[in-house]
Amino acid sequence: MSRALRFAPLAILLVLISGLVWRLATPADTTIGSKLDGKPIPAFNLPAALPTKPTLNSADLATGQPRLVNIFASWCVPCIAEVKVLQQLKARGVHIDGIAVRDRPDDVANFLAERGNPYERIGSDTQSQVQISLGSSGVPESFVVDGKGIIRYQHIGPITDDEVPMILAKLELAK
Amino acid sequence: MIAEAGLAALWLAAGLAAFQFILMIGALRSEVGLVRPMRSVAVVQGVLTIIAFAMLLLVFATTDLSVALVYENSHSAKPFIYKVAGTWGNHEGSMLLWVTILAAAGAWLAIFSKRTSERTLVAALGSQATLALGFYAFLLIASNPFARLNPAAPEGQGLNPLLQDPGLAFHPPTLYVGYVGLSIAFSLAVGALLTNQVDNKLAQAMRPWVLGAWIFLTLGITAGSYWAYYELGWGGWWFWDPVENASLMPWLAATALLHSINVLAARGALKAWTMMLAVIAFSMSMVGTFLVRSGVLTSVHAFAIDPERGTFLLALLAIYVGAAFILFALRGAMLKEGAPFELVSRETGLVINNLLLSVILVIVFVGTLYPLFVEALSGEKLSVGAPYFNSVAGPLALILAVLVGIGPLLAWRRDKRPLFKQLTIPALLGVTALVITFIVVPSMAILPRLGLMVATYLAGAAILPLIGRNPLRAPLATWGMVVAHFGIAVSLCGMAMNAAFTEERLGIARPGDRLNVGPWTVEFADVTPTAGKNWTALEGKLRATRGQGLVILKPQTRFYSDPPTTTNEAAIETFWNGQLYTVIGKSDENGGWQLRLWWKPFVTLIWAGGALIALGGALALAGRLWRLRRRRRQAEDWRQERYA
Repeated sequence: MSRALRFAPLAILLVLISGLVWRLATPADTTIGSKLDGKPIPAFNLPAALPTKPTLNSADLATGQPRLVNIFASWCVPCIAEVKVLQQLKARGVHIDGIAVRDRPDDVANFLAERGNPYERIGSDTQSQVQISLGSSGVPESFVVDGKGIIRYQHIGPITDDEVPMILAKLELAK
Repeated sequence: MIAEAGLAALWLAAGLAAFQFILMIGALRSEVGLVRPMRSVAVVQGVLTIIAFAMLLLVFATTDLSVALVYENSHSAKPFIYKVAGTWGNHEGSMLLWVTILAAAGAWLAIFSKRTSERTLVAALGSQATLALGFYAFLLIASNPFARLNPAAPEGQGLNPLLQDPGLAFHPPTLYVGYVGLSIAFSLAVGALLTNQVDNKLAQAMRPWVLGAWIFLTLGITAGSYWAYYELGWGGWWFWDPVENASLMPWLAATALLHSINVLAARGALKAWTMMLAVIAFSMSMVGTFLVRSGVLTSVHAFAIDPERGTFLLALLAIYVGAAFILFALRGAMLKEGAPFELVSRETGLVINNLLLSVILVIVFVGTLYPLFVEALSGEKLSVGAPYFNSVAGPLALILAVLVGIGPLLAWRRDKRPLFKQLTIPALLGVTALVITFIVVPSMAILPRLGLMVATYLAGAAILPLIGRNPLRAPLATWGMVVAHFGIAVSLCGMAMNAAFTEERLGIARPGDRLNVGPWTVEFADVTPTAGKNWTALEGKLRATRGQGLVILKPQTRFYSDPPTTTNEAAIETFWNGQLYTVIGKSDENGGWQLRLWWKPFVTLIWAGGALIALGGALALAGRLWRLRRRRRQAEDWRQERYA
C-alpha cells in the first residue's frame, strides 16, 4: 500500500472532525425562511367572512401602503391570544386584513364580537386554498405585504407582545 | 446506597483501566510478559462495570426517585418492563450500557483468548481498556448516571411513549452489542499493528468477534427497521434517517471485514486492507454513537443537543480513531502481503465484494454528512433524502447481489473451471422472473423490476455451494454462508415487492363507510375510548374482508399523560402474502375520521430475510467455534498419547 493511501483514512478523519467541530461551535439554526419572501402575493379573490365587512382579493393588498395579512380562525386557540396584540398594532396605525380559514360566518362574528375586531377586510377561505397558496401551514400566521403587493415577511405562529416592535420594523422596511 | 455503590464500582473500573494502559506501555517497551496481570485486571474491570450497570438497573426497577436520572426518565405507573428498559432509554444509561459491553467484551477476550500471541493480546487488552477509560471519563465527568436528586421527587417525568414498546427493550442493547463487539476487532488490529504480528492466526482469532458483532448488528438493524415500521405509523421500513445510517455504516464496514478476514485467515493476503477495515468498522460505530448522542444531525431520533457532551465525545473519537489511523499509516508499510492470487479466484471475488461494500459505505457516509459540509462551506441548507440513496446505492447493491451468487463458487488462488455453466439455472430463473414482471405489470419501476430479477436469480445461486455434494457433510460455515446469502435474496424480494405493489389509501370515513385498498374492503365500524396503564386511547374498529373471511383491526390514537404525547398505534394484520396496515388519525367536525390503509404484499420478507442473514452468521459462528474446539481437543489427545 502506498504512503499516500495509508494516510488517506487519517486525512478523511481530519476533514470529518473539522466539520463536526464547526457544527458543535455553530449550533444548527432551524428556522425556515419563507419561500414567498420577495414574491408577489398569489392572486386570489375571497368572499367576505362577515356580511358587514368587505371582501378580500389580492388587489386589495397592493394599495401603496404596507399591510399585515393575518390568517386566523375562530376555532384556533392561539388566535384568541393574538387578537389583543393585533389590536395594539391597529392602534399604532397598522392596516390589518384577515383571512378566516375553514370558518362559519356566525362563529367569526361571535369571535370578533367577544374579543374586538382588528381587521379592515376579512376574506373567508373555507377550503384553505388561499392559505395553501400562501405557503402557510397553520393558524395563526401573518404576512407583511408591501404597497406593491410583494410579500416581505412571513410570521409563523401568533405574534406576541415582545414581537410587536419587530413587526413594526418589518412594516417600516416594507414602505 | 445502591446508586453510590454503582458510582464507586465505576470509579474503580476507571482506575483499573488506567492501570491496564500503563501495563500495556510497560509490556510494549520491554520484553517482560505481562499477560497474566493484564488478563486478571481486564476481568476485574469487566466485572466492576457489570456491577455498576446492575446497580443502575436496580434503581430503575425500583423507581428510586432520589436518583435524578430515574426522575427524568421514569414514572411509577409505567409497566415494569419499560421501567427496566428505561435504564438505557436515556443518554447516561445508554452510555453506561455502551461501556459495560465494552468492558465485558474485554473481560471475555482476556478469559477465552488462546490463539493470539501473548504480546499482541496484552496490547489488545490495553487498547480495549484505553477505549473504556475515555468512556469512563465521559460518564464520570460529563454524564453521571448516578447523580442524586435532593430532595427526592414525588413522581417521575415519564419516558417518551414512542420508546414504550417491546422493541425498545431489545433494539438498543442488540445494536450496542454489535457496535461494541467491533471494538475487539479494533483492539486486536491495534494490538497486532503495535507488535507487528499481523498474520492469519490473528485473523482466525478476530473472525469470531467480527462474526458475533455482525450478527447482532444485523439483528439490531432488522429489529429497528421493523420497530420504525409499526411504531411510527408511516408505513415505511427504512427512511435513510441519519441515525439509521449511523447503524448501517458499521454494518457495511463489518460485512466487508467479515469477507476480507477470510482471505487473511485462509491465504495470509489483504493484511493492510483488513487491518484498516477493522479500525474503520469500530470507528464507524463511534461516529454513529457520536452522531446519535450529540444530536448534530437533524433526525427523527430527536435527542437533545448538549455542546459539552458533544465536544467530549468528539474529542474521544478524534483521539482514538486518529491514533489508530496514525498507527496504521506508520506500520502499514511493514505489512508483507501473503500468497499472490490470480484474476479469476475467490480472493478477487472477495476484493470486488469489499470494493462494492466500501463504495456503498462511502455513498451513505457522504449522503449523511453532506448537508453538514455544504452548510459549513456555503451556508446553504439542504437535506439529502431517499431519492439520492436509493438511486445511487440501489444499483450498486443489485450488482453486489449478482456477484454474491458467483463469489462462493470460485476456488482460492485461481479458478479455471467454467463457472457460468453452474449458473445457468439461476440465470434462467432470473430471466423468467423478469419476463413475468413485464407480462404481469408492464408499468413497474426499473429498480423493483431488476430487484425481483436479481432476487430470484440469487435465491437459486445462493444454494449452489451445497449442490453436487452431500449437504449434510458440508461444513457448518458453508451452511451459514448459504443461509445468509439466501437471506439477501429473500430480503431483496421483499423490498422489491413492497416498492412495486404497495397500495395506499387515505380517506375520511364515518362509521359504516367502506374503503378499498388492494384486494381488501375495509369497513369502518366505530370508535370507542379505551385505556391502558399509563395512557388513554381512541380505538377504531375496522372490519376487513377480501371475498371471504373477516379480519378485525383496531388501530389506536393514544394519549400519554407523562409526558403529554399523542402516538398513533397502527393495527397490522399479517397474512402469508402480505400485511394489511391501518392507522387512524384525527376526526373532523362532521364525525369523519382520517384513515390510512396500506396493503403491502410480501413486505414481511424484508425482515425475514434479515433474520435469515443473522441466522446464517450464527451458523457460521457455531461452525467456527466447533472446529476450534475440536482442533484443541485433538491437540490435547495427541499430547496425552505422546506422554502416556
